[in-house]
Amino acid sequence: MAYIELNNDLPGIRGLMAYRPETEKALNALAETLLRDDDNTLTRGERELIGAYVSYLNDCFFCQNVHGALAGHYLDCNIDEIDAIKKDFYSADLSSKMKSLLAIAASVQKGGKNVTEGQITAARNTGATDKEIHDAVLIAAAFCMFNRYVDGLGTWAPPDRQFYVNRAPQRAEEGYQSSVYK
Amino acid sequence: MPHIALEDHLPGITGLLEYSKGTAQPIRDLTQFLLRGPSTLTEAERELIATVVSYGNECTFCTTAHTAAADLLSGESQTAEKVKQDIDTAPVSEKMKALLTIASLTRQSGKSVTPDIVQKAKDAGATDIEIHDTVLIAALFCLYNRYVDGLGTALPADPAYYNILADRLVNHGYTRLPQGYDHLKK
Repeated sequence: MAYIELNNDLPGIRGLMAYRPETEKALNALAETLLRDDDNTLTRGERELIGAYVSYLNDCFFCQNVHGALAGHYLDCNIDEIDAIKKDFYSADLSSKMKSLLAIAASVQKGGKNVTEGQITAARNTGATDKEIHDAVLIAAAFCMFNRYVDGLGTWAPPDRQFYVNRAPQRAEEGYQSSVYK
Repeated sequence: MPHIALEDHLPGITGLLEYSKGTAQPIRDLTQFLLRGPSTLTEAERELIATVVSYGNECTFCTTAHTAAADLLSGESQTAEKVKQDIDTAPVSEKMKALLTIASLTRQSGKSVTPDIVQKAKDAGATDIEIHDTVLIAALFCLYNRYVDGLGTALPADPAYYNILADRLVNHGYTRLPQGYDHLKK
């Protein structure tokens, strides 16, 4: 049960978005642009993976399952493979660029000042562009918002992880701007 | 030096919002609604929430900017300063103390917010919408603070920049200036 009366039974951020449509629009517009815009050299799967990883670090069950399932959908990984990446991305079958961006995202999760010059240089050495570094930082920062919003108001989340896997193809098809009631 | 190439005349968040206008638009819209839209919390109270979170996250640019905005809105500089030092003894209402505490806990982690502190806010007269907006403002500034510091943005060379910024935040708000920011070039 959420800490406030949402007047709906929707889980996670969807319950909050239905409760407060005035803020829903901008939140979903941000997710849509940041995670799905085609004018981006990071794939949708790579961007969802950053979101899932930061949500894992923030221990947000709802967000890490929604975005882990979406990353799995795009990257053709099952839930165990996504879990393995979250636990140890260095050992995972990912590009060195993605590993360097996930390292930056992990620092952002702790606090912006934790990002080091060395991490930025390492990312550049793997070919990461300014925009990719920018987007990795902003995705990580955005999930530090989404995760706090979802858990700070005590929303509920379906405990069955398959629920999220089953929904991922539809979300990938329709995007975030129709995400509240569907 | 910022970690990516940003315009020299735009320190802090402004350079980032100009660098990535596609993501800036929803971030600006969300902030404009939460901090300037219709609310039973005053604009000064909402700026205090932003200030407390930015201070807790040790983000110098955001803390200074929102302290200046809160001061300008309230016409004094004691409240913001005291709220940063100790919420419980600051000269704000019991409701604001509870909401600022919720904001501080949200800053630490969403999971740090407890049913007890939410109940305390409700007992002090906070509405569900006020509690919702407090958590979302705190969460939004966790985004801002990480964005600003995670990309190593510059601080203004002249501290007077914050007064100009506060004046813009109070009298214009958080939407992009229609004419852009070229007038800030020296």
